[in-house]
Amino acid sequence: MTEQAPAIELKGISKAFGPVQANKDISIRVMPGTIHGIIGENGAGKSTLMSILYGFYKADAGEVFIAGQKTSIPDSQAAIAAGIGMVFQHFKLVENFTVLENVILGAEDSGLLRPSLARARRELKSLAEEYELNVDPDALIEEVGVGMQQRVEILKALYRKADILILDEPTGVLTPAEADHLFRILENLKREGKTIILITHKLREIMEITDTVSVMRRGEMTATVKTTDTSPAELAELMVGRKVLLRVDKAPAQIGRKILEVRDLNVTDDKGVHRLKGVSFDVHAGEILGIAGVAGNGQSELLEVLGGYERATGSIKVNGEEIDLTGAKSDGQSRRLRGIAHVPEDRQREGLIMDYAAWENTAFGYHHADEYQRSSLFMDNAAIRKDTEEKMARFDVRPPDPKLAAKNFSGGNQQKIVLAREIERNPDLLLIGQPTRGVDIGAIEFIHQQIVALRDQGKAILLVSVELEEILSLSDRIAVMFDGKMMGERMPQETDEKELGLLMAGMTTEPQGSLHEAVEANLAHAGGDASKEV
Amino acid sequence: MDVMPKWADVVLIPLISIFLAAILSALVILAIGENPWEALKLMVQGALGSTYGWGYTLYYATNFIFTGLAVAIAFHARMFNIGGEGQALLGGLGVAIICLYIPWPHWSLALLGAAIGAAIFGAAWAAIPAFLQAKRGSHIVITTIMFNFIAAALLNYFLIGALKVPGSMEPASAKFPEATHLPSFQDMFSFGESTLFRGAPANITFFVALAACFGLWALIWRTRLGYEIRAFGHSESAAKYAGISPTKIIMVAMLISGALAGMMAINNVQGEAERLVLNAVEGAGFIGIAVALMGRSHPFGVFLAALLFGFLYQGGAELALWTSIPRELIIVIQALVILFTGALDNMVRMPLERLFLSMRRARK
Repeated sequence: MTEQAPAIELKGISKAFGPVQANKDISIRVMPGTIHGIIGENGAGKSTLMSILYGFYKADAGEVFIAGQKTSIPDSQAAIAAGIGMVFQHFKLVENFTVLENVILGAEDSGLLRPSLARARRELKSLAEEYELNVDPDALIEEVGVGMQQRVEILKALYRKADILILDEPTGVLTPAEADHLFRILENLKREGKTIILITHKLREIMEITDTVSVMRRGEMTATVKTTDTSPAELAELMVGRKVLLRVDKAPAQIGRKILEVRDLNVTDDKGVHRLKGVSFDVHAGEILGIAGVAGNGQSELLEVLGGYERATGSIKVNGEEIDLTGAKSDGQSRRLRGIAHVPEDRQREGLIMDYAAWENTAFGYHHADEYQRSSLFMDNAAIRKDTEEKMARFDVRPPDPKLAAKNFSGGNQQKIVLAREIERNPDLLLIGQPTRGVDIGAIEFIHQQIVALRDQGKAILLVSVELEEILSLSDRIAVMFDGKMMGERMPQETDEKELGLLMAGMTTEPQGSLHEAVEANLAHAGGDASKEV
Repeated sequence: MDVMPKWADVVLIPLISIFLAAILSALVILAIGENPWEALKLMVQGALGSTYGWGYTLYYATNFIFTGLAVAIAFHARMFNIGGEGQALLGGLGVAIICLYIPWPHWSLALLGAAIGAAIFGAAWAAIPAFLQAKRGSHIVITTIMFNFIAAALLNYFLIGALKVPGSMEPASAKFPEATHLPSFQDMFSFGESTLFRGAPANITFFVALAACFGLWALIWRTRLGYEIRAFGHSESAAKYAGISPTKIIMVAMLISGALAGMMAINNVQGEAERLVLNAVEGAGFIGIAVALMGRSHPFGVFLAALLFGFLYQGGAELALWTSIPRELIIVIQALVILFTGALDNMVRMPLERLFLSMRRARK
C-alpha cells in the first residue's frame, strides 16, 4: 500500500515584509486526521504562515500541496475551495445577525435566503449531533457567549465543507471549562478524519491535544516532533533558543502592613453600564494580589480607577490616607505622587507613546519629576537620556539605544521600558495589568523575576491577568472578578484552575449538568466583553 | 529601524514633490500656449531678482510663517485649526484698536503692544472652538471654519461702524498714527546713496516671525508643555494614563495657535497697510495649512515652506503682470504644490522607501 498523501504540505515557504523576514524557507507536512500544533512566540511568523495558507498573503517563494495536489491559493475563496477553514483569534461575525445568518453569509445558494437558511438549519443540526457543536441557530451573535461564537466560526468552516481547520489562539478568550469543551470538539473532528492545525503560544494546550508539533522561532521552523516524544521544557527551549525557567521561583511572602484598602468601589461608564459593583479588597506590603477573570469583567476599570483616569465612587486608601476619586487630585499625576505606579494592560495604547523615543517614554507620566527639569519651563533632556541609559542597562533592554522610537522595540523590550520606568520610581504600590501579554518567553521570565523582587522589597503589588497560569504562579493571594464583582478570594496553594474557572464564570458551586454550558450562559449574561484584546 | 534616513524624509521628499508639481504646472502653462521656461524665469526674476522682489517675497513669507506655525502647533496636538483666517482677521482688529486708541511714544513700544493685542484677539477667537472641542466634543474643523465667516462678518460690522472714519465712504479704519509705523526693510537696509527694498512692504515683523519660529521650536521640543502637547497628539489614551489633562492641552495648544495666527496682523495691518481694511488676510490663513503640511509641522520646515509660498505668491503676481497667464493659474500652481506635498505624500514616499530598502539590502 502506498503511503497516504499529507493533508497539507508546505515546501520552502518564504515571505518578507520590507526588511523583516517573517517566514524563511518553511516546510511542514500535516497528515490527515491529526491535530498539528504550531507553537512559537509573538512575531515568530505563525500567523503569517497561516495567512499564506488562507490566501491573505502571497508567499515570495515556496509551494503548497493539498492532499498531494499542488495548489495555488491566491485568495480566501481559493482556500475555501481547497477545503481549508480558518477560525481567527478575533471572530469575524456580524454581531446583529443570527447564528444561522452568519453561517450562510457568503455561502448562500441563491438570491433567495429562505432555502439557504432551511438547508443550513438542517445541516447545523446534524453537525451539532456529530461533533457536540451545539448552538442556538436563532440567537443573535451579540447575545451569545464567546464560546458559542467560536463554535459558530467552526460551523461556518464545516458548512463550507472544510477538511482542514486552522485555529489561531483559540483559547485566549475562554475559561478553562470552555477550553476543555473546545478540545473535546476538536477530538471529535479528528475522529471524523478532519485535519486540525492549532496555533498557540500555550505549551499546556500543545501537550494536551496535539499529535505532532512544529516550533517556530524568528520566521524559521526550528523543529517538528511527535508530541509524545517531547516535553514542555524542550519545546520552550526550542521556542526561545535557550533554557528557560517555566516556574516562578519565589520565597514565602513576608506580609507587612496594609498598603491599599479599597472599599465599595463603583464605576458606571459613559453608556450607563455598571462596570464595577461594590468592589472591596486590601493589598499588603510584601504581597502580590492576583486578580483573575475573563477579560471585560471589570478588571480594566479597576486598574483605571486606581491609576487615576476613570471616575468612581467609593473609597480608596493608600497607606491609610484617603485618596481623591473625583476632584482636582484624582488624576494620574496625583496618584504617582502618592506612591502608586502603574504598568497598564495595553502598553501600546497607554503605557507608551509609540512614536516617542525610549528616553521620552522613560519620563512619561513622571515628566514633572524634579530631576528631569532644567528650569521651571525647560526639561533636562540630557538628564533623561542618561537616566534612560542606566535603566535600559539594568533591565536589559535591547537594543540599549535611548534614541530609538518605542515602536521599534519588540513587545518584551517595550514592556521592560515601561517596567523600568515604573519600578525604578520605588513605588509603595505597583499596579500591573497583563504583564506578559505579547511578550516572548525569555522576557516573561525576567519580568516575573522583577515583580517578585519588588514584592520581596516589601512593596504591595496588584496583578491583573487573564492568564490563569500566571495568576497561579505569581500570586500570594488570588481574587476573582466576574461581572464587575469580586467573587471571592483563594490562596494559590489551596485552589486550582478548575475552581478559579468556575468563579470566573460567576459560580461558587459546581453546577448540575453540563459544566461548559452553565459557564457560557453565565458569561453571556454578564456581558463580558470578549472583543477586548487578550 | 526606520526605513529611510531622516534627511530623505525631511528634504528629499518635499524636493521631489515640488519638482513633480513644477512639471505638471509646466504642462499646464504649455497647454495655454505660453513658454513654461520663460514663465519660470519671469517668476524667479520677479520674486528673487531684485531687492524689490525680495521685499515682496519676504513680506508674504512673514504672513505665511505666522499662519503656518499656527497650524503646526495645533497639528502637534492632533488638531486641525482651519481657523487661521478668522484668527488673523481678529488679530487685525486687535492691532487696530491698540494702534488707534493708545498714544504710543515710539514704534518699538507700539510693536510690542500691537503684538500682544494681536495675540490676545487671535487667541480669544480660537478659544471658543477649543472650548467647544474640549468640553462638548464639537469638531474643531467645523467650528473653526464657521468662525472664519463670523470673523469676517464681525470685521465688516466694525469697519462700517465704530472704526470707520466719519464721512468716509470706505469700509476701513483711520490711518494709524505716525508713531506706530514700523520700520520697513527700505528704512532698515538703505545706506547713503544705495536704497534697497525700495517701496517693498517687507518690514521688521519678518524678524519677529523668525523669533516666533525659534520660540515655537523651543516650546515644542524643549519644554514640558511641548512634551505634553506632543504626547497628547500621538496618543490621547496614553496621555490620559500619564495624567495629562486633554482639556488643558486642547485649550493651551489652540490658544497658542490662535495667538500666532493673530500675530500675522502686525505684518499686514500695522506693517504694510497701516490701517485696517476689509479682507486684510487675503487667504494667508489657508496657505498656512499648506505651509505646515509641507514643513512637516517643524518650525524650521515651516520657515522654508513659507519662503517657497512667498516666492510663488510674488512670482505669480509678476507672471500675471507680464504674460497672458492669468493670476488664477498661480492658484493652480500653488494647489499643485499643496496636492503633491500634502495629499500625495505617499506617492513619493513609498517608491523612495523601496529604493532605500533595496539599497540597504544591496549593501549587506
